[in-house]
Amino acid sequence: MTSPNPLDVREATAARQGSDRAASAMSPVVVEARRLSLVYSTADKPVTALSEVDLTIARGDFVSLIGPSGCGKTTLLRVIADLERPTSGQIAIEGMTPEQARLRRLYGYVFQAPALYPWRTVERNVMLPLEIMGIARAERQARAREQLERVGLVGFERKFPWQLSGGMQQRVSIARALALQPDLLLMDEPFGALDEITRDHLNLHLTQLWRATGKTCVFVTHSIAEAVFLSTRIVVMSPRPGRILDVIDCDSLPRERTLDIRESPEFAAIAHRVREGLKEGHSYDD
Amino acid sequence: MIRRALPVTVMTLLLLAAWYVGAAWLNWPQAAETLTRAGRSTGFGDVLAQAYAMKRPILPTPDQVVAELWNSLTGYAPSSPRNLLFHAWVTAEAALTGLAMGLLLGILLAAGIVYTRTLEASLLPWVIASQTIPILAIAPMIVVILGNIGLTGLLPKAVICMYLCFFPITVGMVKGLRSADPLWLDLMRTYSASGMRAFWSLRLPASMPFLFASLKVSVAISVVGAIVGELPTGGQAGLGARLLSGSYYGQTVQIWAALIMASLLSVALIAVVRGLELVLLGRAGAR
Repeated sequence: MTSPNPLDVREATAARQGSDRAASAMSPVVVEARRLSLVYSTADKPVTALSEVDLTIARGDFVSLIGPSGCGKTTLLRVIADLERPTSGQIAIEGMTPEQARLRRLYGYVFQAPALYPWRTVERNVMLPLEIMGIARAERQARAREQLERVGLVGFERKFPWQLSGGMQQRVSIARALALQPDLLLMDEPFGALDEITRDHLNLHLTQLWRATGKTCVFVTHSIAEAVFLSTRIVVMSPRPGRILDVIDCDSLPRERTLDIRESPEFAAIAHRVREGLKEGHSYDD
Repeated sequence: MIRRALPVTVMTLLLLAAWYVGAAWLNWPQAAETLTRAGRSTGFGDVLAQAYAMKRPILPTPDQVVAELWNSLTGYAPSSPRNLLFHAWVTAEAALTGLAMGLLLGILLAAGIVYTRTLEASLLPWVIASQTIPILAIAPMIVVILGNIGLTGLLPKAVICMYLCFFPITVGMVKGLRSADPLWLDLMRTYSASGMRAFWSLRLPASMPFLFASLKVSVAISVVGAIVGELPTGGQAGLGARLLSGSYYGQTVQIWAALIMASLLSVALIAVVRGLELVLLGRAGAR
């Protein structure tokens, strides 16, 4: 199956989000990409990172972008964040260009590495975006404390990043993204470098955080289990050129996720479909 | 501790032994001549004793130098021109003023080079060329020119120090200001931070380890610059002036005492920089 009609998806999501406070005031569509392409010019030949990508992300959704390396999933996320400029096609974030959205600080971005500033304490790392926004000191501290509490790092405010484990550092970077209070959270393989036990733990934490805050999340991963566990929709991508092969709705899974659902037949069915999609892209051949 | 102390002690003893052997060898002809002229015995032991006790030896022994240093430091008030601390302070004042000026100039040049591509192409060759001119050649010129426009005393010396100091700082800071991780820069972009903000909150703090590495080099050459700056002025005060007057009167012991004082001053200033580094970057830098 290829991408469903984006309009159908939008209507379906709008219905699902009917009770959402935000949905009544704002458009139910957060990200909308049409025929989006991005070509890098390299020394020997141009590389097509994204080819004719159509994608609609509805408010409150947790969307995973999955695919082998080189499929453009990170590039797509970076285009949404205005860290890359598309070569052609349209993209709108909350009805604005990505640049306008970035200038209004509408999203929080979590990188593959924690990217904490080593000379700042945990608390001051979380306060960094707030300093840049010019928020008063007391408010900054209150917000930082609130977000650190949310990711379970109370008592670590005065520590420096090197004093924390990799998983804790990545939680700090999530708290830092949340401190901006964005409606949209963009995450680029945030748990890719962590061991599986820590990753399970953080996945559970993240899904609870997502349900509690009602934010829209776009999550890049190359783990099928992680994508199925976290997502309401999974976008399967394939490389050379980077394109979308399949968009899978995870309506058969409850919105409230526990680690047990990974044993359920519904979970297995979705995982199977993701795997089939990845096979279709011949991603294992090369 | 003992493991570290032992090699250092052995090496120090070897150097001291070499120094005594060298002093005997260099002073021998003069010592033998003095004894012959006085009509005294020129046996091995007598000449050796004379070689180690001359008033104006070619190479004084370590104990002579230490005795001179000790007399100077304890025999006179610190404000007396006979006390080496007085001279060390005069030199340190010029060196630290020059270092501060060099720090400012070095950082400004580095920021210009990092932020403006044309400056990198147009300025960097001149920065490098400036260091190929021997400081001994340009120092008197700086003193003459500044003296001509009415600037004397501390300032010409500080300018010479600055001339030497800014270079390591510029080189270090160009690298330091470019050392920010690409992800850290991306993060600033996601916050739509201004260039100024990215400089103060990211590039400058990221460059601090580089700055301190440069500062340790700069502080030592700043002391050299101050001493060189004291030579052409024929200054009355400062370790350079002390070296100059020692060489006028053949007071080798005095010269060596001033040399030791100069190196102690450099070591002390480097220790201060190291201390500042530990205080400012210690906990964050302990990666």
